[in-house]
Amino acid sequence: MTDLAASERAASAPTGTPPAHPTTTGLSHNKLAMWLFLGSECLLFGALIATYMFAKSRLPAGELGPNDVFDIPFTSVSSFVLLMSSLTMVLALSALTRGEERGFRVWIVATALLGGTFIAGQVYEFTVFYNLGLGYTTNIFGSAFYTLTGFHGAHVTIGIVMLMSALVASLRGRLSPRNAETVELIGLYWHFVDIVWILIFTIIYLFPQ
Amino acid sequence: MTTTSEPPLQLTAGEQLVRPSTSLGVLSRPTGETGWKSWLFTVDHKRIGIMYGAAALLFLVVGGVEALLIRLQLAVPGGNVLSEDAYNQVFTMHGVTMVFLVIMPMAAAFANYLLPLQIGARDVAFPRLNAFSLWAFLAGGIFLNTSWLLGGAPDGGWFGYAPNSGLAYSPSHGMDFYALGLQITGIASLVSAVNLITTVLNMRAPGMTLFRMPVLTWMLLVVQFLLLFAIPVITVALFLLSFDRLFDANFFNVAAGADPLLWQHLFWIFGHPEVYILILPAFGIMSEVIPVFSRKPIFGYPFMVFSGIAIGFMGWGVWAHHMFTSGMGPVSVAAFSLSTMFIAVPTGVKILNWLATMWGGRLRFTTAMLYSVGAVAMFTIGGLSGVTHAISPADTQQTDTYYIVAHFHYVIFGGSLMGMLSGFYFWWPKAFGYKLNERLGKLGFWVLLIGFNLTFGPMHILGLQGMSRRIHSYAADSGFNLWNAVATAGAFVIAVGVLMLFWNIGLSRRRARGAPPIGPDPWDGRGLEWMTASPTPTHNFDREITVTRQDEFWHRKWGYDEDNKVVRVAAADDVAHDGSAADVHLPSPSYWPVVVALGLPFVAYGLIYNLWVTAIGALLILGGLYAWVFEPPDDPEAHGHDDGHAADPSGDAGNGETGGPSANGDGESANGDGESADGAGGRELVGSAAPGGPSAEAAEDRP
Repeated sequence: MTDLAASERAASAPTGTPPAHPTTTGLSHNKLAMWLFLGSECLLFGALIATYMFAKSRLPAGELGPNDVFDIPFTSVSSFVLLMSSLTMVLALSALTRGEERGFRVWIVATALLGGTFIAGQVYEFTVFYNLGLGYTTNIFGSAFYTLTGFHGAHVTIGIVMLMSALVASLRGRLSPRNAETVELIGLYWHFVDIVWILIFTIIYLFPQ
Repeated sequence: MTTTSEPPLQLTAGEQLVRPSTSLGVLSRPTGETGWKSWLFTVDHKRIGIMYGAAALLFLVVGGVEALLIRLQLAVPGGNVLSEDAYNQVFTMHGVTMVFLVIMPMAAAFANYLLPLQIGARDVAFPRLNAFSLWAFLAGGIFLNTSWLLGGAPDGGWFGYAPNSGLAYSPSHGMDFYALGLQITGIASLVSAVNLITTVLNMRAPGMTLFRMPVLTWMLLVVQFLLLFAIPVITVALFLLSFDRLFDANFFNVAAGADPLLWQHLFWIFGHPEVYILILPAFGIMSEVIPVFSRKPIFGYPFMVFSGIAIGFMGWGVWAHHMFTSGMGPVSVAAFSLSTMFIAVPTGVKILNWLATMWGGRLRFTTAMLYSVGAVAMFTIGGLSGVTHAISPADTQQTDTYYIVAHFHYVIFGGSLMGMLSGFYFWWPKAFGYKLNERLGKLGFWVLLIGFNLTFGPMHILGLQGMSRRIHSYAADSGFNLWNAVATAGAFVIAVGVLMLFWNIGLSRRRARGAPPIGPDPWDGRGLEWMTASPTPTHNFDREITVTRQDEFWHRKWGYDEDNKVVRVAAADDVAHDGSAADVHLPSPSYWPVVVALGLPFVAYGLIYNLWVTAIGALLILGGLYAWVFEPPDDPEAHGHDDGHAADPSGDAGNGETGGPSANGDGESANGDGESADGAGGRELVGSAAPGGPSAEAAEDRP
């Protein structure tokens, strides 16, 4: 059943980025799946943020609340660090698609480091809050705050694991412009997690009341 | 994703881990097409579908036994079959089992088996993720049921209202099993939703536009979207409950200011879409069965599709009708009252369309048709009593009475389950190559229908008389005696009906031995799934099918003569593929979906008993995921021929799935792609014995 079109498609496969299996939408399966997954994640964080706001509004007067613990300048800096990691993520992908292996490695490490800095900042912040008397079980605000930011932190951590996996793959010579889409998908996830942080920072930190 | 490209020559040192020969042990892929291992490690959507169905039937028996215990307890006033505590556990597990472990996996069985076939694909987009979904569901179901042996099952109702489900009121580990078990089945549903949506959107045969897809495919697509967006909400709710119970958080601690409405909102934002998750697959099945046995196309196809989509959207705006008596305020109550009445409109459209499909048709009352018609009738009764709940003053009276119990059993049992039983009888020959016995099937249908109405009909009356749901016993002078006795008798009639289904399966299977093959198209079907041999060969279709219209297969068999009368133009056997193609490249089986799924209950047990067990489970998951990514995309030994990978619509085995782990929030896709670049890619260049491509259409048209 060999036919010309199929053999042409096979022959042209090594040079072009499009998948060998033509998909109905033209998007690769993986990219479509990633978008769907991120759509689902919106509802996860939506429910968590709603829970936080509901819980905060029910905090009894006199209990340790947002205004007593938040350090806006500090969190602004760590937020800036996380947002910059989106820039380096874009640069990493761009370097990879242009075949600049070295540039890719530099930027992917930079992205992971910036993400790591953010996580370190979160750990520091949690420690400070804890020393101020806000534990996970202290009150309803504490439970909701640590749960929401903890879920976000876990997402960033998983993102860092993905970045490091990409780095290892690159060091083994297995990433090339042809499979740059894998890195693009990690980037999608990474940017999504950043956008969620913009929401969290705005809603939770900038409007603590 | 770009799998195709890397020729093996480009492999550099250090690559042996990702491109092992079979001798490298753990990182080879399983082989063999028979025996239990071939089922355990399969990635074939049809085998996965069959296992989903078998598991659902197994849990149907478990949930059914629980139902019979409830009915025995309530058969006479002051019943003492179960203690109060045991009664709470039994009705909770009955609900949880029937919703999450029977109806949902049964729908998943049809989705897995039929979706790829109906759109003319070879498999789902991510075959290994598909296997993972099955095993995760099974792990979750078994985990939930082990609670019976470990100090008591969940006892806070299937809705698990917090703080009633908190430690203070439910001190056993039961509700921990509930929260964590549903988390595991939720992961299964979520992964499967991503997978199946990708499949439907991305893997349709040439010419299979969205509005040529069968109604079942459409309804399943809507359901997957509902799952995609509803599961994360209950995930959050269950996390909050778990954190409260395990780590002393304060989400539902009323003393600390918490509000019980939080749980109710989160649960029902999931819970009402869930209702449509349960019913829409059955709607789809009925929309396939009724046209075939009316010998007419579905009436108003666009209306059927759009009403399904409308239900999918509106299903998000009605959740608080479960909370009319929670004191959430008159504005909310009025708004949700209205939206609930509105959602009856698209549902009514569907019922009228089924009737119009049958109208003037040449009806054949096979067992499948009987179940479908029965489901339409029973669902209509349940739908009408549902509309009475939309009227909030009436609902205030009905809340938490047996009237509600009657309502949701009419829609879920009478609608969903009967619809799916119709599907079993309809597609059984496609899956197994023999029909279920029609005589026994019809008898079983009538037994089930009568038993069903005996059981749940009287509950309307009991509810209106004021009998509360979930009460353990009632006094002899309450006036509930007669109808409770009738309902209990009816429950046992249902049990007989279900047993007759199992008997039928055994009997038909025995009789099928040595009988002549059933042929590809036993019912004069309409969809592409009938266009291949029965039972479906592993590779589904011999050639790619080019679709030119809705009900493609039917139109290839039937045409019109000059008087515009329907005449047969080709025999089904000539149109359908005979399943003889041997040159089709298929994804290889894999160990890792089972391993990763096995890690999930370990994590859950550990959270309840000992965090070290959690660590072991987490290691299993992490190791399994990395192995998943590093295993070769295909067993190099399995295909001696030049396969048609290039134009194979589905065989995206290795690389297609690498998005999977990351779709779970884990970080493996980075390596995955490189891995898939070698194995399949190398051969890609060689083999282009491809089914499909433009010339396939010509090949198709040859009789």
